[in-house]
Order: sequence, then structure tokens, then C-alpha cells
Amino acid sequence: MKLIYFPGCCKFGTGRVYEESILPVFDALGIEIVELADWNCCGATAYMSVDEPKAFALSARNLALAEDQFPDMEKIHIVAPCSACYLGLLKAKHMVEENEEIGRKVINALRAADLDYKGRVEVRNPLDIFANDYGIDNLKKNVKRPLKGLKVACYYGCQIVRPYSEFDNHGNPQTMDRIMAALGAEPIDWPHKTRCCGGAQTWSSENCLKLNHIILKDAMANGADVVATACPLCQFNLECFQSQIRAKFQPDIKLPVTYFTQLMGVALGIEENKLGMDRIFLRPSFV
Amino acid sequence: MYRLISLRYDSVLENIMVKLQNLPAVEQGDLDLQWTREMVDRYFGKNLRQCIQCGNCTGTCPMSDQMDLGPRKVIAMVREGMKDEVLKCNTMWICASCYECAVECPKEIKITDVMYALKQYAQKAHTVPHGVTWPIMSKEFFNLVKKHGRNRELILMMLVVLKTNWLRGLELAPMGIKLVMQGRLTLIEKGISLGTRKKGNLKTILDAIQD
Repeated sequence: MKLIYFPGCCKFGTGRVYEESILPVFDALGIEIVELADWNCCGATAYMSVDEPKAFALSARNLALAEDQFPDMEKIHIVAPCSACYLGLLKAKHMVEENEEIGRKVINALRAADLDYKGRVEVRNPLDIFANDYGIDNLKKNVKRPLKGLKVACYYGCQIVRPYSEFDNHGNPQTMDRIMAALGAEPIDWPHKTRCCGGAQTWSSENCLKLNHIILKDAMANGADVVATACPLCQFNLECFQSQIRAKFQPDIKLPVTYFTQLMGVALGIEENKLGMDRIFLRPSFV
Repeated sequence: MYRLISLRYDSVLENIMVKLQNLPAVEQGDLDLQWTREMVDRYFGKNLRQCIQCGNCTGTCPMSDQMDLGPRKVIAMVREGMKDEVLKCNTMWICASCYECAVECPKEIKITDVMYALKQYAQKAHTVPHGVTWPIMSKEFFNLVKKHGRNRELILMMLVVLKTNWLRGLELAPMGIKLVMQGRLTLIEKGISLGTRKKGNLKTILDAIQD
């Protein structure tokens, strides 16, 4: 199966480590991917706060580009690692297909630029691809350096499982936990797998520091050695504000926060620095 | 025994009557039921009128303790047409779009989407409360995407900090410098071909969307 890769916030900026770690993992597993050409920002939560109809068109342009660039594919699977991009594209797809007014407006706008949307696109999350398409058993076979004794707090964040629970339960998802178990690690049971980290409000205002404190302290209290995330904004929030959380709430908060793909890469035998481990604030230690 | 109870009941009733007479009168004109109708007719408004005020939304909202009015109250007020009060509150600006309310609502009201709509109404009506940073952040993001087709994180952060609270910039500076040194914040990033070709031209698509 060939996947279309939508980088979004994972290519540059604070989230670049996500792309740096996911591409070698795709390669090591033999999953063929090709980047969507000329992709644009999905809009995330910010664009929709300013202009909702345009936000759907902004996201839908990517879906239409995929249909245009791969005319021979009957079903196009776009994989969007960033959670906000995943939800942005998925929501645009649902709105255009299910709501007549929005669908009409957006498709007319796409046609004005010689594009069209026929519904051939599926929006996928990498967790779903690895655990379900590639398969847990196949993953186990590829493990070269089992993550023995590593207690992982799997943090999904909110937008992968809400409002659309396409591949996992929104209260207590298990996909990342299954992947971590397959890699030899010990996923812990903890209550905040999908509790919001504050998203883009954590850096732009001071409201959300508390949310990150709650997540980190409960991960630590449940014995986690590392938090594995699936969203660049979650990873940034949980990792980069720990010094402020120490100053304001709890002086012993200290926990490495990585992308789940970095942990996958280590288990698959890829060199740590090729997975962006030198670009995060706190490196977890592996046996 | 019966006389004691009826006496107590009478005084309670009297108490209520006095309080009701002292409430400010809400004139029919203060309520904008046309606006309620507009909200209900949009794609997210289908079950708005079915709200049973259970409070699941406010209870599961991770940010409700920082809001003037919790989501439960906002839905009730939207339903009653209290447009002025709703557009002045900070609820939608504190909302983190985590969709917890929407999935926990027993009536399946798309509360998060109500919040997005309220953000747009408040911006159009210029009733954004003082001190919230989201409207500035989202506007700068919007402008950057309009100009480049993609976000520019470092520029966005600098613009927002300068326009809202530059002291916070000093607080965030050590983290920012560390990110720059790690290559996670850069000034130059590749944009998209915005104005050069017709096919898939982003500006054409966005301009073609009329409200």
C-alpha cells in the first residue's frame, strides 16, 4: 500500500522531530510513502477561529490536491502525523461529504482553481497505520532492540480520538499502548491519556500550564520513565514548559517527553541521533 | 403539625414573590431570538434546543474554571437569545477545542463548534474581552497562512508576544533560544506556490468562499 504523506507542522519548527523520526521508521518497515506536493497549512484550531467556511476550503485543498496528483489510485490514504492536521483534514472531509451547503461552497471554490473533490481520500493517523495496517505481529518481528523495562505513559492528546473515534476509543485508547507493548516496553495504565494539554494556548497565554502539570504529575505518579506523544504541540507543551511548572507548581516535575515514533525507531535498531533524540530537551535512557 | 407546615410554606412563598419582584425586567427586545435561530440552523446547531442542562460539558471541560460562564450556561443563554451577554464573555476564547464536551453531551450537541461560531460572531461585533490572547494569536496565524500558505512558528510567536505581553517574551526567551539552537525554531521556511499558477491556487480558492 502506498501512503501519501502530509507533513504539516512536522516538517519545520518545533515539531520537526516528528518527521525526523517517522520517516526512518516508515523506511525501516518498508512502508512506501510519497509527500503531497505543494501542500498548505491545514488551518488547525487557529484558522477556524477566524473564518470557518474558509477553514474547510483551506483543508480541503489538500484533499483535492491528493486526488489531482494520484488520479489512478482508487482510494488515496493520506497519513497526517500531526494531530491537528489529522483532525483538520478529517473534519473537512466529513463536512464536505456530509453537509450539503458546506460541500457545495467548498467544491465550487476548489473548481475555481481547477481542482475537484470526489471523495476518494481517506485520512489516516500513523498510529492506526502501524498498529492495524502494518500489524502488531509484523512490528514484533522487526524489533531489534527491545525497550526492556521502559515504562511508557502513552499520551494521545485530544484530537486523534475526539470528536471522531475512527480507529480507537476516545476515553481509554489502546493503539499506542499496543505498539509500545510490541516493542518490548511497558505501557502504564494512567488516567490522562487524552486530557487536553492546552494546544496553542499554552505558549500564547498562561492558562494552560496547569493542564500540563496535571498530565506530567500523574504520569510520574504512575511510574512512567517517559511520555510518548503523537502530536507536535502536545510534545512541545509537555516538554518545554517543565521549568515553569517546577517554579509554579511542583519542584520535582521532570520527565522526558518523546514522540512515539522515536521510541519505535530505537526499538527497530535505528541510531538515536537519526531520530531527533539530540533535539529534545530531556533524553530518555534506554537499557 | 399541619398548621406549622402551612405557615412555613407561606413564608417561603412570600420570600420567593419578593425576590421575583426585585429582578430586573428582561424586555422582549433584549433577547435576539433571530440570532438563536441562526445558530440552530447552522450545521452544529441541530440539537441545541434539546439541551437538558445536565452540566456534563462544564464538568469535563479542562478549562471551565477559568471561564466567566461555563459551556452549560453559554448553551442555555444562546438558546434564550442572550446575544449581548454571550458575545462579551471569555468562554469561547478560553476554550481549547479538545471536544471533551461534544463527546460527553448526552444530546450530542456540537458544543466545540458552537464555540468556534461564537468566536467569529464576537470578532465581527468587536466584543472580544480585554486580556485574552487567542484572538490575536489566531488572527496572526490567519495572516501568515494567507501570505505564505503555511505557518511560520518563530514569527508567529514573536508577533503574538509583542502584541499581547512582551514580558512573557522575556519569560519564554530561554526556552526559545534553546529551541533555536536545536534547530526547532527557524526564520526561513519553505512556503507554497501561491501566486504563480492557476491550478490549485490557494488565493483563488479562499477568495471564492463567500459568506
